[in-house]
Amino acid sequence: MPLGGVFFIALFVALFGAFLLWLASRLGVKVNDPVKFESYECGLPVEERKDTKISVKFYLTAILFIIFDIEVIFMYPWALTFRDFLKGGFGLFSLIAMAAFVGIFVFGLFWEIRSKALEWD
Amino acid sequence: MGQDFVEVSINVLKLIVIFLLIVQAVPVLVWLERRGSALIQNRLGPNRVGWMGLMQLLADAVKFLFKEEFVPEKGIKVLYYAAPVVALIPATLAFCAIPLGHPIKVEAFHMLGHSWGPYVFPFQGYDMNIGIVFVLGVSSLAAYSLLLAGWGSGNKYSLLGALRASSQVISYELALGLAVVSMVLFYGTLNLSEMIRQQQGVLVFQAFGQMISVPWLPNWGIFYQPIAAILFFAATFAESNRLPFDLPEGEAELVAGFHVEYGGFKMLLFFIGEYGHMMVASALMTVFFFGGYQIPFVNPDEVYQNLTLSLGSSTLASVVTGFLHHLVFFLKFAIFLWIFIQVRWTLPRFRYDQLMDLGWRTMLPWALGNTMVTALVIFILNRSVGG
Repeated sequence: MPLGGVFFIALFVALFGAFLLWLASRLGVKVNDPVKFESYECGLPVEERKDTKISVKFYLTAILFIIFDIEVIFMYPWALTFRDFLKGGFGLFSLIAMAAFVGIFVFGLFWEIRSKALEWD
Repeated sequence: MGQDFVEVSINVLKLIVIFLLIVQAVPVLVWLERRGSALIQNRLGPNRVGWMGLMQLLADAVKFLFKEEFVPEKGIKVLYYAAPVVALIPATLAFCAIPLGHPIKVEAFHMLGHSWGPYVFPFQGYDMNIGIVFVLGVSSLAAYSLLLAGWGSGNKYSLLGALRASSQVISYELALGLAVVSMVLFYGTLNLSEMIRQQQGVLVFQAFGQMISVPWLPNWGIFYQPIAAILFFAATFAESNRLPFDLPEGEAELVAGFHVEYGGFKMLLFFIGEYGHMMVASALMTVFFFGGYQIPFVNPDEVYQNLTLSLGSSTLASVVTGFLHHLVFFLKFAIFLWIFIQVRWTLPRFRYDQLMDLGWRTMLPWALGNTMVTALVIFILNRSVGG
């Protein structure tokens, strides 16, 4: 069962990183200077707050990604079992079913490009 | 993780060694990158500390360790410190699932009054049936570390860099995933060791009931799926935020991207994460398209049998076979790492809208088309066999 190994190495890596950060924080010299703690904006006085407005395009990209990624994930089981379908004599059925699915996928992509969802200005 | 004490402890040791392998490969890669860029740009590069400047990295690591540690005023402390640690995890988890050599068979033996074994140790962290799905799933977690860093720093440049980075990573993930779908179609399995096993010997395939063989080419995936190979490799450049896709770090616009506020050892941890992704990408290229750990035209089982005859002990022969194939894997792996470095110092950077266009409008349709054509070809070639 590889799951134990996965959790073990994840925990080990996290502890390793945390330990190194802790070590670095203990070893370094600390000099207190209020200017140093300002956020870095090329040396000019800080102007904007951290919750600055950002383009809604990023949100749109994320949503489009979720939709298309789920569609891609549905293709994995099909790809895995395609040869079994072929051996069982259902190859044509499997191919046509996936072609219909890909048709929807391509329609979605086409619609997305037409509606200018991917244009960056 | 294993049935008894010996197996569990060896598996644990193996995982730790693989992780340390990633960590210690980073300084070497950074050195290669700096020397390589110097070679390409006709200058010397670091050559003062130690032989050929190799000790530079040790000096750098010590310097990083003694840097002052502070959190920016507007930063969120927990997120700010979590990000570099989280950056390490995805690459390590993914790399542990990739086969690095031939599995090692250990015969039953006596130790401390008990009889142990026989064991089979895969030459990788863990041998998973879902192999590639696990690797893709885990390595896409890297986007979290970018977002944590961007949000936790409390700096608008960090946030912008993080957003760019994560939207780039997810956009190219689609093309990457689809390129892998065509590989899964071709191999009919998700298990990476099984994919390597199918690339044994010379190029031979079945078409219309006849066996066609090309004796001067090895049976590698690249000869069947060249388009998938190109798409996959290009997408991994974007996934690991390397030039020509290093928009997140566009220093002319964003200072340094999501790690503006990071310095010292935290920066080094981000570096390990980034180079770890590069290593995962190179290893996957080797496994999918270049026969993994296998020597071209040579069956690893034959190597094992011949070695058993000449060495006498089958356990010893298995260990030698494992490490011999690991060396072969390492050679192929190193070539891809060098391509990563050379591309970085050869190509200019994309503009952001060009980058998104390439991902969504060019690579995604090509990957989709490649998948469907693959399915169609497999269908046509196999149909004539049965019919």
